[in-house]
Amino acid sequence: MSKTITDVVCPFCGTLCDDLIVTTDDEGKKILGVDNACAIGAEKFIHSSDHSHRVTRPRKMQEDGSFKEITYEEAIEHTAKILVNAKKPLMYGWSSTSCEADSVGHEIAELCGGIVDNTAAVCHGTTLIAVQNVGIPSCTLGEVKNRADRIIFWGCNPAHAHPRHMSRYSIFPRGYFTGKGAKQRKIIVVDPRPTDTTNLADIHLQVEQGYDYELLQALRAAIRGEPLAGDVIAGVPKETVYEAVDVLKSGRFGVIFFGMGVTQSLGKDHNIDAAICLTKDLNDYTKFSIVAMRGHYNVTGSGQVLGWQYGFPYSVDLSRGFARYNPGETGSIEVLKRQEADAIFVLGSDPGAHFPMRCVKEISRLPSVAIDPHITPTTEICDVHVPVAFVGVEVGGNCYRMDNVPIEARKVVEPPEGMMTDQQFLSAVLERVKELKAN
Amino acid sequence: MSEYIIKNGTVYDPKTEVKGEVKDICIKDGKIVDKVSSKAKSIDAKGKTVMAGAVEIHAHVAGPKVNEGRNYRPEDKLFTYQPGGKNTRMAGGFSIPTTFKTGYEYAKMGYTTVMEAAMPPLYARHVHEEIKDTPIIDEGAFPVFGNNWFVFEYLKNNEMDNVMAYISWLLKTTKGYAIKIVNPGGSEAWGWGENCTTIHDPVPYFDITPAEIMKGLLTANEKMGLPHSIHVHTNNLGNPGNYKDTLDTFKLAQGVKPNNKFGREQVFHHTHVQFHSYGGDSWANFESKAKEVMDYVNSNKNMTIDLGCVTLDETTTMTADGPFEHHLTTLNHLKWANVDVELETSSGIVPYIYDPKIKVCAIQWAIGLELALYSKDPMRTFITTDHPNAGPFTRYPRIFKWLMSDKSRQEMLKGFKNSDKVMAATTLGSLDREINFYELAQMTRAGPAKALGLTDMCGGLAPGMDADVVIYDINEGKIKDPEEIEKAFSAATHVFKAGTLVVDNGEIISNGNKRTFWVDAKVPTNTQVERDVQMKFLKYYSVNLNNYEVSDHYVANPYVIEVEN
Ligand code: SF4
Ligand SMILES: [Zn+2]
Repeated sequence: MSKTITDVVCPFCGTLCDDLIVTTDDEGKKILGVDNACAIGAEKFIHSSDHSHRVTRPRKMQEDGSFKEITYEEAIEHTAKILVNAKKPLMYGWSSTSCEADSVGHEIAELCGGIVDNTAAVCHGTTLIAVQNVGIPSCTLGEVKNRADRIIFWGCNPAHAHPRHMSRYSIFPRGYFTGKGAKQRKIIVVDPRPTDTTNLADIHLQVEQGYDYELLQALRAAIRGEPLAGDVIAGVPKETVYEAVDVLKSGRFGVIFFGMGVTQSLGKDHNIDAAICLTKDLNDYTKFSIVAMRGHYNVTGSGQVLGWQYGFPYSVDLSRGFARYNPGETGSIEVLKRQEADAIFVLGSDPGAHFPMRCVKEISRLPSVAIDPHITPTTEICDVHVPVAFVGVEVGGNCYRMDNVPIEARKVVEPPEGMMTDQQFLSAVLERVKELKAN
Repeated sequence: MSEYIIKNGTVYDPKTEVKGEVKDICIKDGKIVDKVSSKAKSIDAKGKTVMAGAVEIHAHVAGPKVNEGRNYRPEDKLFTYQPGGKNTRMAGGFSIPTTFKTGYEYAKMGYTTVMEAAMPPLYARHVHEEIKDTPIIDEGAFPVFGNNWFVFEYLKNNEMDNVMAYISWLLKTTKGYAIKIVNPGGSEAWGWGENCTTIHDPVPYFDITPAEIMKGLLTANEKMGLPHSIHVHTNNLGNPGNYKDTLDTFKLAQGVKPNNKFGREQVFHHTHVQFHSYGGDSWANFESKAKEVMDYVNSNKNMTIDLGCVTLDETTTMTADGPFEHHLTTLNHLKWANVDVELETSSGIVPYIYDPKIKVCAIQWAIGLELALYSKDPMRTFITTDHPNAGPFTRYPRIFKWLMSDKSRQEMLKGFKNSDKVMAATTLGSLDREINFYELAQMTRAGPAKALGLTDMCGGLAPGMDADVVIYDINEGKIKDPEEIEKAFSAATHVFKAGTLVVDNGEIISNGNKRTFWVDAKVPTNTQVERDVQMKFLKYYSVNLNNYEVSDHYVANPYVIEVEN
């Protein structure tokens, strides 16, 4: 016998698919199968359910670099102490966990004068800055499904990074005004290389690496009917640029989806400024929106909770007793490079795998703790690793999709016996921090 | 729970018709009572003003728009941050304060109940997450219905039972309080970059008009007997000459009688009427039509309004009226955010600087005040700024000052750069009426509470009601300088929320026990609507039906108002 759980939310990428069907054994302990998910999403569920490779109790690094098991109480004490003793602890991650956990973490950071930062620091932080510069005309993904007849993918490769995005929302679905599905849509992909996504494009704008800004501004000029100088613009033949412009202007509802190929390449937030302004300009002719392809399944939610609690979406410095935000100064990378943090707390991300080497070295030098269901490059360099239940698999909680739509993730199986959830662990740390502060 | 007696304060309470009498107010177990025992803590309010906690009928304080406003305007935090304290979290922001600051600031002014004015159903969980993080004040949220595809289809086919079943379902699913209508049809049209600028413009592809949408929802609301009436922001907001559309909208409610068990007497509430009372046909000959609008309101007792007063600040506009925000960004060229929400609504955000040097802004300022001063019934005219659209709610005490002091208004009028033009386009200069404390209590307490169907619960000091009580250090008979009004109403000396002392000597001392109000309106089982909901989720929504409902644990301390009909 087995049990079937429907409407399961996938805690992997920002597409946040919520139509998965998970089959478990009778006791709700083991996952037997996952339907509807893409390969990456399914793997996440199946993998978590195989407890043999998982650490189920906190571990502390020894002098010789090996790890020794400790109790959760000891891990709580360690975490509370390093945070309370630090002047400016960096509390990073918050993107692969629930908003409920984020919220408890923020309260700890507030008491300890920490810096709270999420993975936007290394992916869409530039987007958030651009939005602060020029705004953002956007829409929900269901609007795309129901109305869109023009889709641009810029600097992203959903075929690999967000595998079900195209079938659920952007290219293939048939919606209210889009009964013919993909036949009704024209697809433009901007990428320096051919990819599995460019294969689906009606027009592939093969922009020269690092010239996104130029191409974006050329499109803006062409849309206004300004002449373009030169036969090749940013690596793209002028005729192709004009052809793209005709496609964009002749649609009834268009969307630009963009990813790290344009947020982290030369130009950074200026690229996104230009992409947003292009979207805004197009609204003088037709209807257009722009949506960031957020990576971690709840990085968007971290920005939301930070927003309503402090008014800033990432890189929030609470060390002075009030919230400051100055990306480039208060961001994790900069703080680590300047050796300004005196303790590291990581939850819901893997900076050990994603940060520049200099920052990773700094993490390994400082008093630290990493909270993560897995063993990761980060947990391997932190003093203490606290394993926790998988959010979205072993415990529920609220998450925000890339279009800011909140979806409550479900619990489908029990975590390994005695395992804490990150919210439980954080709540215990918060209690302990309050006690230590009171003395 | 503890007992309190507030002694010798000058009490203004329209609910019990107490008009500035010296009186004791007793509190026990969270309620107002006739008497307390000798153990009751006594607070001396001699020479001070005592009122019920104020009730906010329309503000944008929680949810996706508000939060986008916060996150995309770091500049709004400049010079505003306050560190946390023993009972408070750190708090910042001016026009779009953080949730903590929202709770503290309302409480400090003596506001204890606040309605979030526009909740997109798909984002309802977000709204409730923020409400949960907003301390002290009771809150409810109005889901938007005026551009909803279910509503369009049922109304087009004259299926009133289905409309009601759907309303009931959506209120329950989103934990919503009332039927909000924003730019009916126009926000759907905005899906194609279009708009409905009169109430008879057909909605593209849906074969229905804004007038039909409003009339249909009004009828459903009364048939269902909901606590609040429909709550409307009509078409053509913010444009010269729009007062005609406003009057056309008002007329939809003409002669309709209220049906409910909550003591509500109106069938129609129109919000931020200031933005809808414009004459002229361009910004050049833009003028006030406050008198024309209020003449209608005064003679039709089945409707209520709130003002939407401009406070002449730099603020952040945000509304489910997507096309309006696009229009605004083309006027002021400031950063524009927009979110169209599948099957439900659109919305937009643009920062705005109401500059007193600009003629139009000064005229808008005058119109908001004129509406109040022309009102013959303060029980049907409520003070708002449509926070943060016409200004932040933290400016209420300044508006009270303007309404209560002709002198302060005259000074403003004379001080404008375009003083002559402003006076020519408005009648404010000739209105010497001064709102008194009793009328203020009607416009901020008893009136909005009654309109919301909460007249037996809050906004008054009758025994049995929630003990939301405020003491202000001001004496109506002894005001020498209008500035005293603004100062006193900015910082209540004491605030009780349901019997808990939350503000003492102007300081937050407790986070109270905030509640979330929502309405559970019972209707007969309707399999047709159940099937339609399933079908639309399957085909057109981007989330599954089973992931749409706001589960109970996201609703902070729920207080469910059940409606049987
Ligand atoms: S596309 Fe993303 S959210 Fe959807 S199943 Fe795949 S990994 Fe999960
Ligand atoms: Zn409003």
